[in-house]
Amino acid sequence: MSAKLSLRGVRKRFGDHEVCKGIDLDVGEGEMVCLIGASGSGKSTLLRCMNLLEPIDDGAIWLDGDDISEPGRDPQPVRQRIGIVFQSYNLFPHMTASENVMLAPRRVKGLSRDELRPQVTELFTRFGLGDRMEHYPDQLSGGQQQRVAIIRALAMAPEIMLFDEITSALDPELVGEVLDVLRDLRRQGMTMVLATHEMGFARELADKVCFLDAGRILEQGPPEAVFGAPREERTRAFLSRVL
Amino acid sequence: MAEQDLYQSAAGDKPAAPTRREAYEASVRRRSNRIALTSTAVVLLSVFILVPLAPGWEAVQRSFFNGEVFAKTFPGLLNAFLLDVMIFAWCAPLIALVGLGIALCRDVRAPALFPLRLFGAVYTDVFRGLPVVLVIYLIGFGIPGLGLPRPWNSPYIWGSLALILVYAAYVAEVIRSGIDSIHQSQRAAAASLGLSDADTMRFVVLPQAIRNVVPANMNLFIALQKDVALLSFIGPVEIFRQAGVYKSLYANFTPYVGAALIFLALTIPATRYADYLMNKQNRRRR
Repeated sequence: MSAKLSLRGVRKRFGDHEVCKGIDLDVGEGEMVCLIGASGSGKSTLLRCMNLLEPIDDGAIWLDGDDISEPGRDPQPVRQRIGIVFQSYNLFPHMTASENVMLAPRRVKGLSRDELRPQVTELFTRFGLGDRMEHYPDQLSGGQQQRVAIIRALAMAPEIMLFDEITSALDPELVGEVLDVLRDLRRQGMTMVLATHEMGFARELADKVCFLDAGRILEQGPPEAVFGAPREERTRAFLSRVL
Repeated sequence: MAEQDLYQSAAGDKPAAPTRREAYEASVRRRSNRIALTSTAVVLLSVFILVPLAPGWEAVQRSFFNGEVFAKTFPGLLNAFLLDVMIFAWCAPLIALVGLGIALCRDVRAPALFPLRLFGAVYTDVFRGLPVVLVIYLIGFGIPGLGLPRPWNSPYIWGSLALILVYAAYVAEVIRSGIDSIHQSQRAAAASLGLSDADTMRFVVLPQAIRNVVPANMNLFIALQKDVALLSFIGPVEIFRQAGVYKSLYANFTPYVGAALIFLALTIPATRYADYLMNKQNRRRR
């Protein structure tokens, strides 16, 4: 198995509602995969399954050839390797930006604040937040908060980053600064999976685009193919609505 | 930026003459103030005129509002109140600790710790279901009845324990509601970073939960300050008991009024402060 992350026949149901109906997906090392599709098509749930925030009902998820979806397996080591950023940032409101970022490396990896400070400062500076480290989340704009959330996930040095519609809650003028962060990560060769409504961004940077519809991947391929010449009628209908 | 400057200068140059709307609102305000003043004056006047007309007024005045007795007993009452404050001072931190412990017991998920969870649930049910004074009697008379040597038969110890047990149950429920009020997404964010359940509780959930329930807990501690007086039933001569002693001495109820005033001097500002905190929090949440 060559892919970094592989999903085979992944199923997830909430009560009577089956959200993922057998998803197969391969994410190669250093690849950027974009999940597109209408709200409720299962993009977010799929991402949450990938880092085991939601246990899957059936199928399997392989990370470097290792079945991480085995029931009863401790999810914490896996979550350290797969970071996720949420639509609503989910920063810890009672901590400063830098405390938000340092909490997990301190507690999980046992590093001290002093050991972490150079690396954390470098991350904040790299993403244009060097002067915001000691601010609390409610003193930051949405775009700044989302960048802090990305830094927080990156500080655990994950091998894969998942992004769950991270620009959807932002004012249009703030979307750009967050997408710039993703471009930067892309250049660094980070393996990434994005659920996104930013079609222009997906077309520009994705290696692979997957169109989800009612819990299934209806169509996947390089962005030129999916956006340029969609095979499925439903893909065409969706794209004509959002483009 | 330019737009903002314009707006500000416009506000700064506001003409001195009130707008139509301001004039209207001012007249409405004046009218409401007039009505409120009049109705308050009517009520106060009738109290001051009618109550002294009651047949027993003079007797009540003599036995409850006797200035001479008040002056003689007030310093002694204040002194006895120090004991209330001390009992409160050592009970309050213990209540906070025990309450926090019980709240955490009720939140454990590990099957091996199920007895803790059960204990937490039973504990809060039992101690919230009993009158405080009953617990004070049972513990305050029951445990020294085991024949413990001094100082372990002191009513201060066992009376305080009764207060701690009861109030910890209420504090635990308040803290638990605070824990429940923290949105699931905060736990998800912590879990996604690889934090353990214990660390998630300690660093992410609990600090936010405690902050949210500070006003509610303050109300509990104000109630505790008053319930300290119940310890007088098992012995300690705190303010309520002292007032009773003075009452017998002077055959006059004025000391009770003095005691009431002392309680109010502490509880009213504290209650107001708790309300202020609560309002501030509601405003912040909008």
